[in-house]
Amino acid sequence: MLRGLSLRLAEGQALQLLWPNGAGKTSLLRAVAGLIPVEDGQLLWRGNRIEDDRAAFCADLAFLGHDLALKGDLTAAENLHFSVSLRRRLAGGEIKAALDEVGLGTRADALVRQMSAGQQRRVALARLGLWGARLWLLDEPAANLDAAGQAVVVAALARHLAAGGCALISTHQPLDLSASVNRLWRDPKEAA
Amino acid sequence: MSVTASSWHAAAQILRRDLTLAFRRPGEWLQPVAFFFIVTLLFPLALDPELSHLRRLAPAALWVAAMLSSVLAIDFLFREDGRDGTLEQFALSGQSFAWLLLAKTAAHWVLTGVPLALAAPFAAIALGAPADAIPGVLASLLLGSVSLSLIGAIGAGLTLGLRRGGALLSLLVLPLAVPTLIFGARATELSIHGESMAGPMYLLAALSVFGVTVAPLAAAAAVRISLE
Repeated sequence: MLRGLSLRLAEGQALQLLWPNGAGKTSLLRAVAGLIPVEDGQLLWRGNRIEDDRAAFCADLAFLGHDLALKGDLTAAENLHFSVSLRRRLAGGEIKAALDEVGLGTRADALVRQMSAGQQRRVALARLGLWGARLWLLDEPAANLDAAGQAVVVAALARHLAAGGCALISTHQPLDLSASVNRLWRDPKEAA
Repeated sequence: MSVTASSWHAAAQILRRDLTLAFRRPGEWLQPVAFFFIVTLLFPLALDPELSHLRRLAPAALWVAAMLSSVLAIDFLFREDGRDGTLEQFALSGQSFAWLLLAKTAAHWVLTGVPLALAAPFAAIALGAPADAIPGVLASLLLGSVSLSLIGAIGAGLTLGLRRGGALLSLLVLPLAVPTLIFGARATELSIHGESMAGPMYLLAALSVFGVTVAPLAAAAAVRISLE
């Protein structure tokens, strides 16, 4: 269990949690997302308590967990179309552009179960961009990714931060973001 | 930058996705129907094949088989979406979680309840029901399977966190489905005898309405706990 934590994320900023294994990185992300109840203390989003208007917070939130929420029997494009359509109406060509950005433009009509773990993660990354959320909660976003894949994560994050978004990232390998937008948090006992 | 999706739009997406998935792997929804057929066809083999005896047992055989096969099918309802993180994303989508689970349950009913109801007249004829009874058998199972799916959704939500929830699921769901069994079997019996089945059909409809009102909320609460 986590206790005594306090952190604040500013617009255009990323905070990378580099805590040791088992220190509660995933739990913290899930608690912020609202998947785990918080026993004590409060979570504020843009000055308002999250539990007062959870729908508004969810509209601003993109969560990428260990499980990618992709269906193996749907194509990459179908998966994206489904998960984005739950939140907003899609314009034509958006999915193609998002898949191009993560380097899967030619694989749009391939079934996800025929893709490698790294490619599946890229599909999930394409979804993050499409959601248009301000706060990204990423749990080990670079797992299973090769160097080119990690560059895709970093590029997606850089675009997101430059557009005024913010990100809370759990990772054991710090992502190579530009220092002006990047904070590292190595130990939960220290202040963020 | 964009128009948020309405809840109807989101529900339609879930229906479309689940039907597409089922179309690509038909085994999942064909199994319960095959099971239903086999169980009902065991009765003539086990009993003496005297037609009047079979006909008297037909409603019971049809409904017990329908209940068992719907419990078999309900295990698929949330399991895969729970395992691959889709339910997590549902909970964080900003849409009402109960509403999205209701949409999933509706898709599940289309994939398991409707085929069951369509199969029932064939099984009924094999059990000696007259051809006149076909519309009644079809209607009673169509309506009854709605409440079976909804009751099943509560059970599926409660057993989602368990690795092997199958046996517990049937212990939870079957007692709750007893009213459906009683009124459904009665409706089928009346239609086989060529009498008006309005009374039990109204009660089945009432059970379905009650289920639509309560089951999604209960299922959503149960699924949320297993997401923690």
